[in-house]
Order: sequence, then structure tokens, then C-alpha cells
Amino acid sequence: MLPPFDIEQSITRIVREEWGRILAALVARLGDLQLAEDVLQDSVVQALSTWPAKGIPDSPAAWLITTAKNKAIDTLRRDTRFSKLRPELEYLAELESQATGAEELQTVPDKRLELIFTCCHPALEEKSRIALTLRTLGGLTTEEIAKAFLDKPKTMAQRLTRAKSKIALAGIPFQIPANDQLQERLNAVLAVIYFIFNEGYSATSGEQIVRADLAEEAIRLARIMHTLLPEETEVAGLLSLMLLHDSRSSARYGNSSEFIALQDQNRKKWNISKISEGTTLLKSTLKKQKVGTYQLQAAISALHAEADTWEATDWQQINALYELLYSINPSPVVRINQSMAASYALSPQKALEILHTIESDPAIQQYQPFYAARGDLYTRTGNHTKARTDITSAIKLSENTAQIEFLSKKLNAIPG
Amino acid sequence: MQYMCLIYSAANAGPAPGTPEFSDYLKAYGEYTAMLQKKGAFIAGDALQPVTTATTVSRENGRTETTDGPFAETKEQLGGYYLIDCDSLDTAIELAAQIPTAEHGKIEVRPVMIFD
Repeated sequence: MLPPFDIEQSITRIVREEWGRILAALVARLGDLQLAEDVLQDSVVQALSTWPAKGIPDSPAAWLITTAKNKAIDTLRRDTRFSKLRPELEYLAELESQATGAEELQTVPDKRLELIFTCCHPALEEKSRIALTLRTLGGLTTEEIAKAFLDKPKTMAQRLTRAKSKIALAGIPFQIPANDQLQERLNAVLAVIYFIFNEGYSATSGEQIVRADLAEEAIRLARIMHTLLPEETEVAGLLSLMLLHDSRSSARYGNSSEFIALQDQNRKKWNISKISEGTTLLKSTLKKQKVGTYQLQAAISALHAEADTWEATDWQQINALYELLYSINPSPVVRINQSMAASYALSPQKALEILHTIESDPAIQQYQPFYAARGDLYTRTGNHTKARTDITSAIKLSENTAQIEFLSKKLNAIPG
Repeated sequence: MQYMCLIYSAANAGPAPGTPEFSDYLKAYGEYTAMLQKKGAFIAGDALQPVTTATTVSRENGRTETTDGPFAETKEQLGGYYLIDCDSLDTAIELAAQIPTAEHGKIEVRPVMIFD
């Protein structure tokens, strides 16, 4: 028999894996997110207390959904606040009398798409959308989410409760948006997923380990979205982009967790299977000729992944892709990213000229990458005084020690 | 569900009375109300006299206190409302976005509390 620690870990893993699908199915039946979450949570507690002795059932998901459903029936019977849900109760009782088992889960329609559109509804505050998505689709605990965002568990719990309460009281529907709203709402969902990824990938602050989980979670969410909406090219684009970025994750930090820039990374450490998956997906997606910002960013990332060395990078192509990206998304951040490619495709001087066009944009006055990029270009064009000023600003704006150490090295390397 | 759409705008925003734009604006409101009625979403809706006509009332120690003007000074003032009936917040948002003042002002959408 396995030691209890291992079985508890297996249960946690199973729960994480199945949570979103079961919860979505329960919300679809109960019409109440809080009730669905409560009964599922209770079922998990029951699983943790009974499975170690009885063993894990053949279909843990079927067990969890049946148990949660029974608990919902109990709650609905006991609690008069749910009198409005009585018809649901009858329906559930009817289901209860039918055979339940592994095959039942197969017939449970996948309602995760409805759930993610609800959680990422623009009527909810941005941070709440992210937290709610991690909680409901990702199955992360409130404590884990709080930890990832450096919040107190109590504060995070209150945020989640407020969001769920707004969903119920304001009538935020549990449905896939109508066609004329779908693109806009889909963008909101993708933004949430990409934010989760970047929180994990960039690790601007917070604990490294929890953070890596966030990147994986975002990829998992994008995979679910891509399975459910295979024709949406930007969903595939985002999945591909994250896979390609993530392929470099183990090369981005050195032995003493110092940050290593793309230029200096050991390319042998890049994850080939992620690169290949991301590139294959991107190629088949680009064929559909419905280009968008995620696909273009993935294409840029793919060109980096294909280069054997920094010097062998196809800078011309990358610079051209940034130009295209800027035409769809005229954001100063795109120009900052482009400046690096332009410095190699054209010249550091031309790259500085690109940055001069956005210098006065208020949005970037406190944006660390702007000063880091311009400082680098000033260093390379021999303007050492300006380089020092910019890199010092970038250090002041850095939020993690790895970045600060990286930039301090650059600062010390400036001659004079 | 029932939603109250509260229509806010700044005093000098939007078309000025007496201009051709203003009559278009009124016409748009007429068409909008008709659209809601046709959909069966209309419960009530009115425009309000300007905030300079407001009186704030409260009761203190059994006496009625009245003061001139609105309770809160804000740049955007409540100018009217629609009370609508529709299936979800998504529909309410879609309908609220079509209120003519949404072009230059803001619509606050609030679900009506139901006591049962």
C-alpha cells in the first residue's frame, strides 16, 4: 500500500485535473456557482477522508460528480433559500435514481467554455476574473491563488465571494456569448489566460515555484479552449505563443537563479517538444489566414526558436513581423520589443529612432523594459552617459532580484 | 430579470437644445423606447429635469429637512432612466449600450432586488 502522503498527492492531482469539468457540469445543472463549488469542495473533503482507506475509485471524476450531486440535493432540500431552485431539485432527484457511474461522465456535456466566459465577464473586475478563472477552471485553492498574487488568503477569499455574488445577483449568464459578441468576449478570456501565463513566466514578484505552476496552468487552460474552439485562430495562436515562450523557461535562469537574456541562453536547454508542438500548431493556424496579435507574437517567438544561435536569428523577418503587429496593435510596448530586432536588422541607431517616436508616451514613463531597451541601445551606440542614466532607471523600476542583478552587470560593463 | 439603467452625463455634453442634432437625439430616444416596447423589455423610462431643479430631503429628529440641489456633487448627473426586463446581464448590457446618451455619457446598469 502507498504511504498516505502519496495517495493524498494523487487525490490532489486528480482533483486539479477534473475540477473544472465537474464544476462546470454542476453549475450547468444547479445554475448557482457558489452552491456548485461548495458541494464539490465537500466531496473533495470526503474523498480525502475515505479514499486513502478504500482506495481511489475506478472513475474518480464520476465518484466526485455523483457525490457532489447528492450533496446538492441535500442542501437544496434543507435550505429554504434555494426554494427557487426546486425544479432543479426534482431534476437532480430524477438523475439520482438513474444509473450513475463512469459512463455518466462521458455523457456529461462539457460546460467549461460557458464557465470560462462567465468567469472572464467584462462586468467583473479584472483581478477577480483572473482569480475566479484559476479557482473554477484551474481548481487552485484560494490559498494558492492568494500566494501567487501576494494577497492575504482572507482578502482573496473575499474577492472571490464578491465576484460570485455579483455573478448571481447581476445575472451574468452561464452561456457562450452570442456571435456578435463572441470575438470581444473571447479576447477578454484570452487576455486573462495570457496574464496568468505572464505572471508565471515573468515572475515579476512572488514565489518562483507557485509561479511556474501558473504558466503551466495557463497552457492547460489554453489547451481546453483550443479543444473546444478549434477554429478560433487566436486561441491556437495564444497556445502556440505560450508553448514557444515556455520552451525556454529552464534556460532563462542560471544556477543561482540569475536571469539570463535570450542572447546568452544555452539553446540546448530549450525544450524541443514544446518548440515542435508550438511551431506545428502555429503553421497549421497561419494557413487559415485569420491573423491576429497572438499569432504574430508566436511567429516571432518561433523564429527565435528556429535559430541555432543568436547571430543566426532572422532579424529582418522578426522586424517585419513587429511592423505588422504594430499596425494591428499600435502599442508602445510593441515598439520597445521591435527596437531590439531593428537594431540587428537595421542598426542600433535606427532602433533608437523607433524608440524616440514613443518616448513621450505617458504609458511607458514607469515601464522598466523601455529603459532597459534604450539603455542597451545607448550602450551599443557609444552614448555611455545616457546608457548609464537609462539602465539606472531600469534597475529602480525592477521588481525582482534576478532582473536587478542582470541590469547591474550591464551597468558595470559600460566603459568609462 | 429586471435592470435599472441609470443615464448619466455631464451638463454640457451631448447635443445642445435647439440644434438639429438635438432633434435627432430626441428622435433616437423615441425609436429606442419603441424598440424596447416591441421586444417586451420596456417596463418604464423617463427623462428628468436638470439637476438644478433637484431638492434633497431627509428626516432629522422628526423634522423634514430640505436642501437645494442634489445629494452628491458629481460631474456626471443623473438625467433619466429606463427600467427594463430581460434574461441576463449580457442582454441588459446590449440594450443599455443602445441608449442614445451612451454615446457621450454613461449608463449604470443595476439589477433590481427582488424580495420573495
